[in-house]
Amino acid sequence: MIIAIVTIAALATLFGLLLGYAAVRFHVEGDPIADQIDKLLPQTQCGQCGHPGCRPYANAIANGEDDINRCAPGGEATIIALADLLGRDPVPMDEEIGEKLPSVALIIEKDCIGCTLCIQACPVDAILGAAKQMHTIIESECTGCELCLAPCPVECIVMIPIEEGIGNWIWPYPDNDHRDLSLSREAL
Amino acid sequence: MSATAPLRPGHFHGGIHMPDHKAESTALPVAAVSIPSRLILPLQQHIGAPAKAVVSVGEHVLKGQLIAAASGRVSAPIHAPTSGVITAIEDHLVPHSSGLSARCIIIDTDGRDEWANLPPPIDDFSTTDNAVLIERIRESGIVGLGGATFPSSIKMEARNNSIDTLIINAAECEPYISCDDMLMREQADQIVSGIRIIQHILGVKRCLIGIEDNKPEAIRSMSAAVAVASLHNTEVVSVPTLYPSGGERQLTLLLTGKEVPSHGIPANIGIVCQNVGTVYAIADAVLKGRPLISRIVTLTGEGVAKPQNIHALIGTSAGELIAQAGGYTDKANQLICGGPMMGFSMPTDEVPVTKGVNCLLIASEQDCPPPEPATACIRCGKCAEACPAQLLPQQLYWHSRSRNFDKAQDYHLFDCIECGCCSHVCPSHIQLVHYYRFAKTQIWSKEKEKSKADHARQRHEARVARLERIAAERKARMRKKKAVLKSKKGGDDSAKKAAIAAAVKRAAARKSASRAETESNQGATQ
Repeated sequence: MIIAIVTIAALATLFGLLLGYAAVRFHVEGDPIADQIDKLLPQTQCGQCGHPGCRPYANAIANGEDDINRCAPGGEATIIALADLLGRDPVPMDEEIGEKLPSVALIIEKDCIGCTLCIQACPVDAILGAAKQMHTIIESECTGCELCLAPCPVECIVMIPIEEGIGNWIWPYPDNDHRDLSLSREAL
Repeated sequence: MSATAPLRPGHFHGGIHMPDHKAESTALPVAAVSIPSRLILPLQQHIGAPAKAVVSVGEHVLKGQLIAAASGRVSAPIHAPTSGVITAIEDHLVPHSSGLSARCIIIDTDGRDEWANLPPPIDDFSTTDNAVLIERIRESGIVGLGGATFPSSIKMEARNNSIDTLIINAAECEPYISCDDMLMREQADQIVSGIRIIQHILGVKRCLIGIEDNKPEAIRSMSAAVAVASLHNTEVVSVPTLYPSGGERQLTLLLTGKEVPSHGIPANIGIVCQNVGTVYAIADAVLKGRPLISRIVTLTGEGVAKPQNIHALIGTSAGELIAQAGGYTDKANQLICGGPMMGFSMPTDEVPVTKGVNCLLIASEQDCPPPEPATACIRCGKCAEACPAQLLPQQLYWHSRSRNFDKAQDYHLFDCIECGCCSHVCPSHIQLVHYYRFAKTQIWSKEKEKSKADHARQRHEARVARLERIAAERKARMRKKKAVLKSKKGGDDSAKKAAIAAAVKRAAARKSASRAETESNQGATQ
């Protein structure tokens, strides 16, 4: 009886020490789940989910404080990817947010007064300009987050949807009722 | 050894036999260039970054003048195919499976066909530095003319002499197409000159010219030219007619018995493969200084009156070439850019011929019957038997169809060369290749999005870090200023105290002095 108690107690102490050591030795900085979620988010930093950027939203999802269907630029693809990562069922897009087409901001340069407010609002430093000088948007860096629209006092920023071209065209999903490939008779 | 054309026992998996339909378009000689009134030159005629226009609307350009410069390493410049005036730089329909428009330079020709100053011919290439020759090929805008349109100069760049074999791809395996065949029949000498230039640049030990055995005239003509030039390390090899023997990987396997690794290029196993048309263009660029401004295009099918090959200026519209070949017949039903297996149909004939267009197939309903409605896959496995890349088309189909792209990639989706053998043999008429193209473009688009997101994250984090640093710096500055102010204030106090003390002292001194004075005065008066 006593031998059993002593043995169990000794084992418990041993494993306790082992676990304690492992917790210190293999400690991971930060939150790995939030990191993985952040990697799946589109990084527009638009704040439409109600969080001030993608990382805070990733943290909120990781802590179970928010749902996975609030990323407007990511759309359905992001919801599915998040559901996949977290082992949950995909849910439809949050209705008050709605999906958004990819677009870039454009400053109507003749109307710009050079107030620098949009520069301060841009989360990815995609706006170039200086006080009382015309500003412009570096198209290749713009994520289309729309955060520059609100601060502009003269409303000289517009969102231009990204057009489909040869560079970003996606082969349509094949269907069984084949496309009509014949030349129109006028063309002949 | 070069005069004969021995049959090699090379073999690749799968492939299909089809009627080749080459005789229709090889009866007539290659028709000479005719200058259309208008040329449409897309800025993107190659794989890589689109060229940048260096001319403006209204400018007069001469034949061979640079009109769009390469932007980056994987890119190619574009030259004016004839003299004329730039009338617009705008979006126009281009030969692309999407049927979308892209930016084009439009030239109204003046009919004078006046040459610009061309770079000097390099006659003695064997004593010329490789870098000069490669630069010449690059600035002549030469891209792979077999259809892949990869900038040719990149394939020539030094690889520490690791290349030992040059393969000239002249198999031309797709039915109906005969432009390479006609080029070899008529221009074998210049092709051989081009081969010598490439051999010199790459320093290869041997060269194999692969031609399908359904082109006996081309084999004869090339063998004769090789013999005349006494190129002892060069061999014309007749390969059995079996689609797709002209695929780069398939031809490499046929000729050398070596397999190009998955995701690799022939250079990984010491081989460079060039299309025969590209070789001709390289000879033009080096020996005559001429940029790539024209190519041979096959016009064929029951829908065109006189099927033939035409030497066409790049930018000529399909309609102009069809008119040159006698116009449409009543049977014309579809206009296909490329061949029946890998080509795509075009909505109108206003689309221009670009560097990569080797064939315009004006198909009748008999040439290209409309696809039958697809039925369910019955798992017969015929596609796997036909696949020349030894893939499992069924599995690729299931995973692409269910948008399970990771799984599709596990089954080596990107080793698929989109030859269409699987679709051709499918008894259920499933358009398998469409599914693969859908999956490939989806994966590319996702990858692009992901790299864009990573880039945005990096920029956002850099910005946050910068703002924090600036805030910290400002705080530090404020603290410092406060400290200075404080210490200054302290210094003032003591100085003031000292000043007051001094003033008090002075006042006391004055007082005592004045007292002494009055006392002495008093003393004096007394």
